[in-house]
Amino acid sequence: MILLDSIKTFGSYLMIMGRVMSRPQRWRIFFRQTMHEVYQLGVNSIPIVLLISFFIGAVICIQMKLNIESPWMPKFVVGYATREILLLEFSSSIMCLILAGKVGSNITSEIGAMRVTQQIDALEIMGVNSANFLILPKITALVSMMPILVIFSIAAGTAGAFAIGKFTGIMTPQDLIVGLQYEFNQWYIWCSVIKAIFFAYVITSVASYYGYTVKGGSIEVGKASTDAVVSCSALILFSDMILTQLLMQ
Amino acid sequence: MIEVDSVYKQFEGQTVLNGISALFDNGRTNLIIGKSGAGKTVLMKCIVGLLIPERGKVLYDGRDTLQMGKKEKLLLRREIGMLFQNAALFDSMSVLENVMFPLDMFSSMTYNERLKRARLCLERVNLAEAQDKGPEELSGGMQKRAAIARAIAMGPKYLFCDEPNSGLDPQTSLIIDELIHGITEEYNITTIVNTHDMNSVMNIGDHIIFLAGGELCWEGSNKEILNTDNRILNDFLFSSEILRQVKEQATRNI
Repeated sequence: MILLDSIKTFGSYLMIMGRVMSRPQRWRIFFRQTMHEVYQLGVNSIPIVLLISFFIGAVICIQMKLNIESPWMPKFVVGYATREILLLEFSSSIMCLILAGKVGSNITSEIGAMRVTQQIDALEIMGVNSANFLILPKITALVSMMPILVIFSIAAGTAGAFAIGKFTGIMTPQDLIVGLQYEFNQWYIWCSVIKAIFFAYVITSVASYYGYTVKGGSIEVGKASTDAVVSCSALILFSDMILTQLLMQ
Repeated sequence: MIEVDSVYKQFEGQTVLNGISALFDNGRTNLIIGKSGAGKTVLMKCIVGLLIPERGKVLYDGRDTLQMGKKEKLLLRREIGMLFQNAALFDSMSVLENVMFPLDMFSSMTYNERLKRARLCLERVNLAEAQDKGPEELSGGMQKRAAIARAIAMGPKYLFCDEPNSGLDPQTSLIIDELIHGITEEYNITTIVNTHDMNSVMNIGDHIIFLAGGELCWEGSNKEILNTDNRILNDFLFSSEILRQVKEQATRNI
């Protein structure tokens, strides 16, 4: 029964995505909507990304210092490990899990409220492809903003690690800088960006699907928002495993 | 003119519309009345294409919507205006932007022409002063008027109103009714109104169909409805003791 329901849900998701991925009826309005979503979903997420990344960067640095400090270990290892964690997992996967909560619930409740107040029916009656009109600008906006958010996250995390080293004296900035530069592999940044772009698509499309298919009233919209965040998080973690395997081979 | 021919609709094995046939002329305000759950909204959704009936035909000036391709349907929808029960104005837009929206999407007018047309529609519903307000700043009646302005922006041939007076006081309801009736006559469009407001029935019901249990029970005009001997319709019309007494009094006076 659960399997059958899952297949039905996936089929319905694909059918809606089929309508989403069609040519916009008016490019001018599509670009206007996309710019609005870039601001709503991307620019408005920058403060939380910077804040969380800064503190996580600092905490990773402290944990590394406390847990792997040894006379046999070079001092720059703390910086090296902090960089690797930020590049490989935090700034792509964990940051996207946080965004699934912020952006995902926002998208589901917005589209869900439009559904229960018949605004989507009004679009359909006018002859507007409502799925394309509402969802495609969100996907385009977050997918195009995500590389910027990843870069900001890496930069803020590194700044957090640097700040904790400098202001608490647990390690010298020089050791940290050596560690951050040690055996730097540019591909890791690309991996982070590629993964985050895929997760951006997951967050926007899955959250939009849950909002678009809401039936009922405000309670159902709330439930759909929760379901969307849970599904997005599970899909991000599952696809992270596959993407990491594919990209890091 | 819209023709509905033997329309059947079921939900999970339960028949909601059982072979409804009716003709809705242009230039007249056509009303669908009936108790809650009688199938009024389902019939309207079948006519506008939000639901697909299992059997039957829906003809817009002879064009069968169920046989239409995707492109033809899209073109037909540009000839349709609809007023929803809760107005369904777009929250993210001002009143003026709401009215301009269908023009922005589908017309080939310049920006100034679209603006002029939208302002004209707002003036027609006496809402010009509220053009820069958001939907949440408007009263229920003003929201309905803004939704009517949006519905007529493209100059529709067919206008649908789903319970336009729900949640409104009698005076505001009268304004909305007269607006719908006036627009119907002015533009000679086919208007179908879904209602159970008896004031609307008496004020603007040029042509009325009464649904009960998914079937068409009675058809006529507001001039005929009070004198009908249809028992189910009479039970619906004179459901309160006061109305029954008024009718008996009127009959005695005659």
